[in-house]
Amino acid sequence: MTRLAVEGLTIRLPKGADRPHAIEDVTLSVAAGEILCVVGESGSGKSVTASAAMGLLAPGLAIAQGSMTLSGEDLRAKSPEAWRAIRGRRIAMVFQEPMTALNPLMTVGRQIGEMWRVHMGLDAREAERRALAALRGVNLPDPEGALRAFPHELSGGQRQRVMIAMALALEPEVLICDEPTTALDVTTQAQVLALIKELQRRHGTAVMFITHDFGVVAEIADRVAVMRLGRVVEEGTAREVLTAPQHEYTRALLRAVPALAPPVPRALSPDPVLEIRGLTKTYVSRGLFRRRKPVRALDAVSVTLRRGATLAVVGESGSGKSTLARCVVGLLGSEGGEIRIDGAPLPTRRRDAARLVQMVFQDPYASLNPRRRAGAQVAQGPIAAGTPRAQALRDARALFAMVGLDPEAVNRYPHEFSGGQRQRIGIARALAMKPTVLVADEPVSALDVSVQAQVLALLRELQDRLGLSILFITHDLRVAAQLSDEVAVMRNGVVEEAGPIGEVFAAPRSDYTRSLIAAIPGRAMFAG
Amino acid sequence: MRALKAYLRSPAALIGSVILLAVLVMGLGAAWFYPNDPLGLAGRPLQWPGQNPRFPLGTDPSGRDIAAQIVHGARISLLIGFVATSIAVVIGIAIGSLSGFYGGVVDTVLMRVTEAFQTLPNFLLLLVLVAVFGSTIHTVTIAIGIVSWPPVARLTRAEFMTLRTRDFVQASRVQGLGDAHLILREVLPNALPPVIVYASVVMAVAILLESALAFLQLSDPNVPSWGNLIGLGRNVLRSEWYVSAIPGLAILLTILGVSLVGQGLNDALNPRLASGR
Amino acid sequence: MRILRLALRRLAASLPTLLLILAGMFLLLQLAPGDTVDALMAQMGGGDAALAEDLRRFYGLDVGIAAQLWNYLTRLATLDLGFSAIYGKPVATVILERLPPTILLMVSALSFAFFFGLLLGVLAARRVNRWPDTLISTLGLLFYATPSFWFGLMAIVLFSVYLQWLPAGGFYDITMGYTGLAAVLDIARHLVLPTLTLGLIFLAIYLRIMRASMLEVLSLDFVRTARAKGLTETRVVARHVLRNAMLPMVTLIGLQAGTMLGGSVVVESVFALPGLGRLAYESVVQRDLNTLLGIVFVSALLVIAINFVVDILYARLDPRISAES
Repeated sequence: MTRLAVEGLTIRLPKGADRPHAIEDVTLSVAAGEILCVVGESGSGKSVTASAAMGLLAPGLAIAQGSMTLSGEDLRAKSPEAWRAIRGRRIAMVFQEPMTALNPLMTVGRQIGEMWRVHMGLDAREAERRALAALRGVNLPDPEGALRAFPHELSGGQRQRVMIAMALALEPEVLICDEPTTALDVTTQAQVLALIKELQRRHGTAVMFITHDFGVVAEIADRVAVMRLGRVVEEGTAREVLTAPQHEYTRALLRAVPALAPPVPRALSPDPVLEIRGLTKTYVSRGLFRRRKPVRALDAVSVTLRRGATLAVVGESGSGKSTLARCVVGLLGSEGGEIRIDGAPLPTRRRDAARLVQMVFQDPYASLNPRRRAGAQVAQGPIAAGTPRAQALRDARALFAMVGLDPEAVNRYPHEFSGGQRQRIGIARALAMKPTVLVADEPVSALDVSVQAQVLALLRELQDRLGLSILFITHDLRVAAQLSDEVAVMRNGVVEEAGPIGEVFAAPRSDYTRSLIAAIPGRAMFAG
Repeated sequence: MRALKAYLRSPAALIGSVILLAVLVMGLGAAWFYPNDPLGLAGRPLQWPGQNPRFPLGTDPSGRDIAAQIVHGARISLLIGFVATSIAVVIGIAIGSLSGFYGGVVDTVLMRVTEAFQTLPNFLLLLVLVAVFGSTIHTVTIAIGIVSWPPVARLTRAEFMTLRTRDFVQASRVQGLGDAHLILREVLPNALPPVIVYASVVMAVAILLESALAFLQLSDPNVPSWGNLIGLGRNVLRSEWYVSAIPGLAILLTILGVSLVGQGLNDALNPRLASGR
Repeated sequence: MRILRLALRRLAASLPTLLLILAGMFLLLQLAPGDTVDALMAQMGGGDAALAEDLRRFYGLDVGIAAQLWNYLTRLATLDLGFSAIYGKPVATVILERLPPTILLMVSALSFAFFFGLLLGVLAARRVNRWPDTLISTLGLLFYATPSFWFGLMAIVLFSVYLQWLPAGGFYDITMGYTGLAAVLDIARHLVLPTLTLGLIFLAIYLRIMRASMLEVLSLDFVRTARAKGLTETRVVARHVLRNAMLPMVTLIGLQAGTMLGGSVVVESVFALPGLGRLAYESVVQRDLNTLLGIVFVSALLVIAINFVVDILYARLDPRISAES
């Protein structure tokens, strides 16, 4: 039985936007007991569709035409008050960012309890009793404690469980999930996906699941709708869409999904270019009258990067992989151990270290100064190192061409570039110093999947051409498999296991590596 | 360019600019409008506005022309406002940027000093400074600048603290650039817009502080200050209240102009807040 | 317990600040031409050098500056603020006599500004960019631009001279000799205009901050969550937005405590209130530096005390506050 049906829905964008409609002529439906995945890259209109179904369109957006029905009832005909009574009770929603989606000043128990108090008029005691039962239902380790906890006392995965408990509190007919696992670590993501699937099956809920990740689609979808620039370009059962995609765009998206199969092993140079031995780093919160609670971010870490090769450092948040990257480029000091490049210790002077190691950063929007021209930011390093200004600017143009940008673009400001182009500028900036070692800290995790593939291809090409040695930091095993020769798996500041990537993936020695590989969504579908 | 267009679209900014421009014209042209000493005897004391066409705004208890004092007072208010604000902004940016960029011990020490200034009521500190160094127009202006910098320092520090960890600053660091480049070329240009907007608040407060000081007859008695005139009018408040009322309106309009310009700058420079959502 | 520990830690952190202020002020006043003895002798109508020397020895002014500073600080530790030559009493006594009107004025002005600032800020944010918002925001701008002493004078002209509703100045009416409730009401009547005068600019600031803060919080994710839960708009604002939006206002009280105390100097002298601010003004005019230094000390204590209360309040409102430190 169809629970939620959207037909011919068109939503107008405010004047001055890059296109007239956020979504155009979108038709979708979800039946009871079914999971519909709506897939698309950023700007595809998938989140707007979800907000429209909740009646929570952002200000400035308006429905131009089309209809929405909930179990046969026309939603657009409802008064605002009637629609409000439906929200939460008959259609519920789970959002992307678990860190900000809960009120920081209210206990978890009261936030969940609000569902019964508002919709059913229950008293505080009864609402609390039911909130406790709901927290038990989402398998939180300590439901009584969670009930009285404030959101900041829970981890991201725990908060997302709380959000799910809250959304399913009144057993709604329809549950809309807007990228609910995107901000989570891969093992947590696997648990949350399993939880959603289990609860959906138990209650027969119709689920509309919005995601950009085909791995997640393969994991949980019954049916799939692919959106692009506000339109549905393809729709069908999960099997049809994933194995025999009809639309060219779907095919391109599927091709861009990195396969887990590592590349054919290359002959590696026996010569180490970067050696890290027993590196230890502890964070201490400092302050005159504050308590100190040290956190060990790196605990005697030893890894080796061979000349001309790529070493992937893989781990979940808090594993210490980013701290390692920042130590290697000299942004952070360490307490113990050593970092050697070409056999010599990493110099402490910033200018000397700059010629040996360079870094590509994660967020392409934060890694360029918005108020300076792109070319100047690429050239400033060589200029500081003594290259004449005109020469450095000429080199910057050549570098722009090398990373696939128009050399004339050196005179533009960062906001005139797309995310993928900015990441190319970041790579050009790092290469301008002609470094011995390139550290790439999650260089593609903020990019759409199709752009991700292009940037990875660029890195691989540059490595072949320039013989770069790359320390590649990532949380994503599939991305690591794309261009790494060797891999080191980190957890809680310790290297769990290291070795040639093919061997580690085929026969992991550590339980943790095994669980990481098992948690990759859509593993069976995208084995390569 | 985009910022300028946004600025001109805002009605608040337009009204504010017009008011401020009028005050500026008054101040700059004061010697041309009223070439005689505004503090000299002009006619019979306490003539109501409109009573005598020679004195459109009337005369004060000493028989001085109120209109002349208002026009010349504009120059004093703007001058004190502008110079004191510059002093406060320069000190504030210097302390705030060092504190925010380096953190650690530098931050602790500089913030203790800032806190000390903020714990002390600023008007009280102003009184002490005037008591110690006397009340010429120069000392008063400098004293106002000295009591006004702490909020600027705090704002600059907060901006620096978020900006210094941004990837583009880290990237410049990795490129081997020195601290001076990082502070002046990377962080400061991005930290400046909110500080510029806040400068309008500093200027409004500076003008208010001077007029309050002059009202208490603790500012320079030898310059035609609006606050001075309000203080003089106090003695005849019960009957000739216009003597106090007119200069007060002048202060109100000037502060209003400064605030509106600040609001327009804010809308233009921080577009995210401007939309109101 | 957690909250108290946190606030006490902050209180301890303000001790060096206090020391810094006192040492700075003491040294600053050394630069002033003439000391207490000069002021005293001027009041006595002159005297010879021997008398001045005796007096200097009596007041401890005959030793080096460092020693004088040390003596001053050690005496402060026992709350001995020295002797006011002008008033002929210990400074502590003079200040204590003048403290109640100032505290009363500050509490009432703060309550007035906070309450109405909150109310108007919420109203403006709920009707953003429509006429109630425009009206409230314009009023806020006007209030902000009004010099407090001028507003006070104009209020006296209107309410005391023409309408004769309220007294023009003073703390209470000496001639009537009220007692009990009548005396309280009399003081309240005398405080209406000073409260409005002092509170006006803070009302403008609070309403602007509250409006901005409401708009900021309304755009946050958890408000979207609350709406998705099907809460009424009133409940969303009352239960989820308001408390979050109040946090910057509470911070502001602490930051502006000093400014408000400074403002009371002007307001007290407009309304002839016998408070700390007026005392500060008088000691500047009469060059009574001992008293001025005492006032600075007491004002700093007052500001620190207000910040202590604000810290406790903030920690009660925001459970995250201790987790971060």
